[in-house]
Formats: sequence, structure tokens, C-alpha cells
Amino acid sequence: MNLTLRIWRQNGPNDKGRMVTYQVEDVSPDMSFLEMLDVLNERLILQGDEPVAFDHDCREGICGMCGLMINGDAHGPQRGTTACQLHMRQFRDGETIDIEPWRARAFPVIKDLVVNRGAFDKIIAAGGYITAPTGSAPEAHSVPVAKANADAAFESAACIGCGACVAACPNGSGMLFTAAKITQLSLVPQGQPERYTRVIGMVDAHDEAGFGGCTNAGECTAVCPKGIPLNTIGRLNRDYLAATAKRGDTPGA
Amino acid sequence: MAVTGILLALFLIVHMLGNLKIFTGETSFDHYAHWLRGIGTPLLPETWYLWIQRAVLTGAVVAHIVAATVLALRARAARPVKYAHRKKVNGSYAARTMRWGGVIILLFVIYHILDLTTGHLNPQGDPSNPYGNVVADFAPERWYVTLFYTLAIVTVGFHLRHGAFSAFRSLGQQTPKGERRARTAALVFAVALCAGYLVVPFAVLTGLVS
Amino acid sequence: MDLYTEGDPIADTRAPEGPIENRWETRRFEAKLVNPANRRKMTVIVVGTGLAGGSAAATLAEQGYRVKSYCYQDSPRRAHSIAAQGGINAAKNYRNDGDSVHRLFYDTVKGGDFRSRESNVHRLAEVSVNIIDQCVAQGVPFAREYGGLLDTRSFGGAQVQRTFYARGQTGQQLLLGAYQALERQIGLGNVEMNARHEMLELVIVDGKARGIVVRDLVTGEISTEMADAVVLASGGYGNVFYLSTNAKGCNVTATWRAHRKGAYFANPCYTQIHPTCIPVSGDHQSKLTLMSESLRNDGRVWVPKAKGDDRNPKDIGEDERDYYLERIYPSFGNLVPRDIASRAAKNVCDEGRGVGPTKLGVYLDFADAIGRLGRKAIEAKYGNLFEMYERITGEDPYEVPMRIYPAVHYTMGGLWVDYDLQSSIPGLFVIGEANFSDHGANRLGASALMQGLADGYFVLPNTLANYLASGPLEKVEPSHPEAVAARRDVEDRIARLLAVDGDRTVDSFHRELGQIMWEHCGMERSDAGLRKAIDQIRALRDEFWQRVKVPGDGEGLNQSLEKAGRVADFFELAELMCIDALHREESCGGHFRAEHQTPDGEAQRDDDRFAYVAAWEYGGPSEPVLHKEDLKFEYVHPTQRSYK
Repeated sequence: MNLTLRIWRQNGPNDKGRMVTYQVEDVSPDMSFLEMLDVLNERLILQGDEPVAFDHDCREGICGMCGLMINGDAHGPQRGTTACQLHMRQFRDGETIDIEPWRARAFPVIKDLVVNRGAFDKIIAAGGYITAPTGSAPEAHSVPVAKANADAAFESAACIGCGACVAACPNGSGMLFTAAKITQLSLVPQGQPERYTRVIGMVDAHDEAGFGGCTNAGECTAVCPKGIPLNTIGRLNRDYLAATAKRGDTPGA
Repeated sequence: MAVTGILLALFLIVHMLGNLKIFTGETSFDHYAHWLRGIGTPLLPETWYLWIQRAVLTGAVVAHIVAATVLALRARAARPVKYAHRKKVNGSYAARTMRWGGVIILLFVIYHILDLTTGHLNPQGDPSNPYGNVVADFAPERWYVTLFYTLAIVTVGFHLRHGAFSAFRSLGQQTPKGERRARTAALVFAVALCAGYLVVPFAVLTGLVS
Repeated sequence: MDLYTEGDPIADTRAPEGPIENRWETRRFEAKLVNPANRRKMTVIVVGTGLAGGSAAATLAEQGYRVKSYCYQDSPRRAHSIAAQGGINAAKNYRNDGDSVHRLFYDTVKGGDFRSRESNVHRLAEVSVNIIDQCVAQGVPFAREYGGLLDTRSFGGAQVQRTFYARGQTGQQLLLGAYQALERQIGLGNVEMNARHEMLELVIVDGKARGIVVRDLVTGEISTEMADAVVLASGGYGNVFYLSTNAKGCNVTATWRAHRKGAYFANPCYTQIHPTCIPVSGDHQSKLTLMSESLRNDGRVWVPKAKGDDRNPKDIGEDERDYYLERIYPSFGNLVPRDIASRAAKNVCDEGRGVGPTKLGVYLDFADAIGRLGRKAIEAKYGNLFEMYERITGEDPYEVPMRIYPAVHYTMGGLWVDYDLQSSIPGLFVIGEANFSDHGANRLGASALMQGLADGYFVLPNTLANYLASGPLEKVEPSHPEAVAARRDVEDRIARLLAVDGDRTVDSFHRELGQIMWEHCGMERSDAGLRKAIDQIRALRDEFWQRVKVPGDGEGLNQSLEKAGRVADFFELAELMCIDALHREESCGGHFRAEHQTPDGEAQRDDDRFAYVAAWEYGGPSEPVLHKEDLKFEYVHPTQRSYK
């Protein structure tokens, strides 16, 4: 296959950036999308040009490090697939492919296609955990968890934190990411004591980081490589409403 | 958004039911229109209830627009650099047209008030004969009014389809099964309302009501 | 042998004497404690944020130490522990099927082919039960039964059901649990997190590990960070083979730099090759993808009986197929341990009976299982794996048999540590896959997660306190001459890499190194092959330093520069791996020497000569010094493994 790539090049955080066109020849349909970029980079290096910087690590769809906007689709055209697992047989010979970084104020571009997703870590640090210092845990079987709840918690816990939801959201909102963690932890008994402080803390951190507000547009769940369902956001909203109503009840406050 | 939206949607239902009274004949419809002004009497003086309702609705509209503007500004701030390759719509088309749809609906509402409430833009403009005003408005030679009205109502339908679902979600609808129900309910509601509103001008256009 | 010299033997002096069941308790009791008020004044550096590093950093911060944590990824949540699929072992005996701490201990020592330290393994089995409690308390969504209790399954040929799991994403869920505990401490200000930072040198002052030199991968800034102790949790070195199931960024640099500063590197040649990976599809291949071992429960492995049989697998009749695992190992069949299944696949491919475009593959066929159980049942069990296979290969495994081939998966070797997980450098602790301690010559399935979390949550926090309590250590600034020298070394090395400006890319060297290693130091090793490999590696390393082309500069994000530094270290490690493999004239676990096999082709251990840990000291370039730690087996007596 021969392809025309138009790739966002940006030298650093302060550079303005622009789309640059490259031709790539002899692409095998069995290559992954990132291997196709590897081929381009090898050539650029030998020509004395700077290779295209892009994030990637496990290349098996689980670490969440890769993330490219491919022809306007987060992670490309194949549903339920990260960019690293996308293969070139999904494209046609002679096609032009536009490759851009995630675009959000909370995800500033570091270089080319690499962005800083530290805002997600801040949201987790603001409550996306169950406080259980090492050594304090009771026997694992002391609290049974209904299988249905455990399975639903798992479904939300499958989030890989790649940021595709934000990239695809017309509002640049990180609500699906936030809701996935809130749903997971609010479905298990261990998560109940911190349930309402968690949702307030995480939503506040989300807003502070500069993400947009959710309008239930549903673009996020459509591109999510792990299929995190949109109804997690309903759960977040319910907990948030309950939490704001309860705020005045805090003992001692 | 959800609370004000629900208020406005409730008004739309009542308004539609009122409109449909046009099929019960001129006298009945005009009587209904006059009755509206007298709701609340003798507890309240004449038209006071109407003004209270107008105030509440205006408040809801303003709050709805303020909330939407805040969300829109946040969205704009959240993505300072736009995509070069415009993103595809993978979710729902209705959800992606809420903002422009809202603007169109606002313009329509202003026109609609000037047309059928104050009568300024109505060809007949007789406050004592609403039935005649409606018939004059949607007369076949004024097809462009009907067209605009239709477009606006379809826009309202889209707006309601996503709006109703989104309101359920914002108020905590949280199960996958409930989501399917909420989406169906929103669609049925939007279609029913569109049909209810459109049947009047088309009845006038086709001479069913004259 | 001319390739190394032998130094004094070493021994672990930390494990207490006495019955093995009491050793860990005794050690914990004897360990000195640090007053909570003093912990705040002590800084611990933790490099790596996987299961071991993440859990250690969180736990140390909970205890009150000041922790500085480093990872090369953009977030601590992305460490490669996240990719572990199968599960985590624990001796809970919830099934009442005869499991116990002692049985898990026994299985692990035996599975490691009697090349691990009994005391360490027993402790691992003991704390395994605490890990499950801890993770459940954190909200890790393990699979559960309808009654609400935890589900377990049998894994990797174990005869008891002791493996806890979260669908095929156990590593991810356990890592997120540790990550969330870590983020909580970051939020509380107890951990200073430095993502996108790479450790490039260890700082030793007065014989003790006192800091590291790191490069900020975003700004290119090099800085020196000082501490009271340094913990390395930087994972394994499987990427020396270029193609492996490791993440692209996994590297040996942190441990190798420590090795060059005096930490012994133990058993580098012990490499685990996983039998069920998706085969290489062409020269462009950048990494290999593991398919869960559970597939072998229902899939049948075969190749054509005739060499070079290119026909469509559907056209090859039953009588023309060789179900070689079932033929050679009638009692275990397709479920033989990883090392045996891998080597058998290599043997049939070497005979010219491999399948697929590269001829390096064997069929894993589900036709029988689909016929027996129905397509629905197979879909329910393996649906996501089949989808993944189809996504990568473009072939539908319900219709066409899967093709699989072994790939490098895990490295049992690592920095030598004592019972306290302290390396041969005081103050330098090594945990998780980065150390050598618990798996001997072969790791059992679902034991990597167990070891990482055992080290991080339960072992290190106890033993590190003992070291810190011997202080207080004198305060050292980054301006100390040793720290300044370490930093200068880093800067010089980066300048050298950038200055070569040759005509070959880093990846081309890495790929070539990988081919040499896979060919001669992979599934089967021989004296002649290893000697050849050592010569080739040395020649290629010289070429690297003359011809490598690293574009750009050191100021800012430069992924080629990062790779170049890592590959440079892989060259040195590769040589040591070959020397280690060459000196170990026996076959054990993941190390198979062609000269040392039984008449029917099985691994032949030599306990009289090689029941020791080979701990290598860096004696200068290409001058390793061997220190032997004899292994004593008081509780589990070495036997020959048999799966016939």
C-alpha cells in the first residue's frame, strides 16, 4: 500500500504547530498503525529529519499510552480498538490519512502527537481510591460482593485512561473517565464510606483541570476502546446530587 | 439545564394540547384562548395567572440559555486548538446540534410571540379572534411561514429528543436498561410533540381547518 | 573459561535460621524499627511504578517516609504490570482442594527447577494470602461467584485452584489498585511523583546508595536526586531480544547502571519463553502479543507431518497432522509447562514443519472443541481473545486454526538481593521482576503478580526500615563530588550518543541484537552458538558506537535518544547473558543447553555442579566476575521434572 499522511508537527509546547504531508510507500496491510509510523520515522531519521514523536508503550491495547486522532476518529476507524492495535488493512491503498494529537486544554501538547495527560492523575488523586493502608485489610471473604455488582464494577474498571473520551467529546469533557472510576468504587461495599466525598473531590478536580462540562452527547462511549458505558455518567450525576444534598450533614461541619 | 428544560417541555405539552383544540371548531378554540386569560379568577385578578406563567417561563428560558452559554464557553475554553480534520459524529446527531438548534428555536419563539401572541407580524392580528389569526397565518399563499414553522418544530423535536434523554441522565438515570427506556421515551415524546404541533399548520394548508 | 573470572562465594546472611515457617516472623521481629517522627525526615527513592514499585511507594508513604517516585511513562498507571492477563496465586485454600502455604511454596520451588532460595519462596507463599485481602479492600474487582465470594481457577498446570483473577485483565486491576493508593499519597503530598523521568545513573557515597541521576524526558533536564535509600522496581529486560511481549519502553538501564556501580547481577540467562504468542508477520514487527495460556485448555497444537506442507490447514487430513504435544507427552498433552511447549514448537519448526508465511508458527486448533462444545461455548470462554487475534492477523480463528509461536515473556534473572531484598550495595533495594529472587530458573503462571505485590506491600516496607534504622545517615547534597561525577557521566554519555551521527538507526541495531540473542541465547543454547553470539554482540556494539544516528539534541523530548541509551545498555547485558548461559553447563527451567538433555530430549539438570545462583560482578567492560551463592534444599528435594 502507498499512503499520504498529513501529520501534526509541533516542536514544543510553545510552537504553533502545523500539518505536514508525508508519503509512505510499501506499507504492509499486516502492519499495525504504529508500525507504519515506525517505518516513516526510520526513513525520516536516515534523511536527517526529526522523527514524529508519538506516545506508545505496551502496543497491546492495555496501557493506555497511545492515542491518535486518525481522520477525525479517536484511535481510528475500528471500534473497540486502540491505535496500537489498529492494523493497516483497515485502510485503502492511496488513502490520505490525517493524524492529530488529542486536543484539549487539559491535555497540552508536549511535542508533535504527544500530550500531557497528567490531569487524569490529578482526578484520581482527588478521590479515585479506597483508603485502605497496607496491612489494615480484613480477610477477603469477610464482605461478600454480589456478582452482578462485581461484574458491573469490573466493566467500569476496564478504563485504560487513554483520554480518547476527552479527545472525542465536543465539549472536551473528561466525564466518562471520571464516571468510570466513580462507578467502579461506588458499586462495591468497600467504596461506600468515601462515596460522597469521592464524587465531590473528583468532579471538582475535573473542573479545575480545565475539562469542559458534559452534555451527554455520547461521543466518548462511541470511541472508547474499552466500551465504558455512558450510563456510568448517570451514576456519577446521581451520586453528585446526593453528595451536594448531604454536604450540610457532615458531622462537625 | 435539566430542571429548566423539563419546565419548558411541560409547557410545550400543554401548549400543544391547546393548539389541538383548533379541530373542535372556531368558537371552541376562541373560547379556550379567552379562558386562558381568566385562569385563577376569581382568586387572582384577570390575566394575573397568565403573567405569572409568562414570568416563570421567561425565567426558565433565561436560566436555560445562561446554563447553555456557560457550558458552551467551557467547551470552547476546553479545546483552544481545533482539529484540522473535523471530527465525525459518532454519537447522536441530535446531541451535536443542541446549541445551534437552541439559537434557531429562540429566534422562532420571538417571531412566534410577535406573530400569534401580540399579533404584530400576523396578517390579521385580531386579538379577539385567534382562530382567524391562525388560519390567516398558514394560508397556502404564505407557504414560507409554514415552511419556517415546520423547520422550527423539527428543530424543537431534535432538541427535545436529546434534551429529554439528557435531562433523565443529569438527574441520575443510571442503568443500561433505563438508558434504553429513556432514549425510547425521549424519541416518542419528540415525535409526538412534533406531530401535534405540525398537524395544525398542515390542516390549515390543506384546507381541513379554515 | 577465558570470558570471566571467579571471585569469592557470597551468601545470604539475612534469612534467620530455624524452621522455615518461622523465618519471616523472626526476621520481622528482629528488624529494627524507625520512630514515626523520624520517618518524616527520611527520603526514599523508588524507581518504577509497576506492581512492586507502585505498592512500595504507596506503603512507604503511608508509613510516613518521604517518597520520590519515578517512571518513564506519562503516568504511574501505565507500567507494564498492567498487561498481565491470567491471574495471581494465593494460598487461601478457599476451594478446600488441599492447597496450603507449604504447597504453594513447594510448587514454586519445583516449578523454578530448584534454582531459587527456599527462605524467600516460603515467605512469598506466606504473604500471598495478605495480598488478596489488601487488594479486595482497595476495591479490586476480582471475579466472584454468585454467592458473592471470590472465584478462583487452576492456572498453568497447577493441580489446585489457587489463582484469583479479574477476567483477562488481572494485572491491570491489581496495578490500578496500587496506583490509586499511590495517587492518594501523591494527593496528600507524601509522594513526589516524577512521571516521564528516566533514571540514568546511581549515586554511591561512602559505599552506600544515596541517590540517582535522572533525565526529565520532556525538558531534557538532568538532575541529581538524593535520598536515604534507593529502591529499584524497574522490571525485566526481555526487550534485549527486541521482539518480546514486553512494552516497547521496558529496559534494563536502571538495573544495569546499578550493576556497573557494583550491584551483582544474578542469573541473567534465565529467560521465560511463552508458548502462545501471535507469530511474527514480517520485518516491520515491533512487538509480540501474548495470547492467554488458557487457550491450551481447549485448543490442540499441531503441525503437518510432512515438511514444507503449504496446503490450507483444512485440506490437511487428520492422518497427515502431527499433534506433537499429545504424542510426546501423553499424560499432560497440550497442557505441558511453558518451557516444554515452547521448545517443542521450536523443534518442529526447525524440522521444517512450521506453518504460516514465515514458517515460524504452529497451529492451535479449536475445531474439535467447537465441534464438542459448540461455537457459543467457545465464544463465551475465549471470545475476547479470538477477537484480538482476528484484529491483529485478519484471520477468523473460528474458521481457520490459530497460528502461535513462542516469544520472550519474562526474565527470572535480575539484580542479586539478600533475604531483605537488599542488593550487594548497601541502601540499594531491588523488588519485583528487577530482582532475581523467587522464581529460580522458571516462573510459574500467575506468580509474577504475586511476587511484585509481596515485595512492594509486605516485604520491603519491613526490611527497608531495618536499614534506615541503622542511621541516621549523614546528609548528602547533589554537590557532593560523587554525585557530581555521576551526573557528568550521564551528560558525557548523552553527548557521545548524539555526537556519533552515523548512518544507522537505533532500531536497526536493536533488531539485529535481538536476532543474535533469539538465535543463540533463546529457547535453545549451545557452547558454539553462545561463543559466536558473544563475538557478534561485541562487533555490533563497536559498530553501534561508530555508526548510530541519533537525530535532534538532548534539550526536550527526544525518543530516539532515549532508545539509544537503552540499547547501549542492552548490548552490555546481552554479552553477560551469553556468558552466564555459556558457563551454566546444564539445562534448567528457562535455560536449555543443547549439550545437556536426556536421551529423549528433556532438560538435564546438574545439581552437583550448578545448584547455585550465579551472581555477576561488573569488573570492567567484558570482564565479569562470578560469585556463587550455593542453594540449600532442606524442605523440597530436587527431582527431575517429568510431564510424560
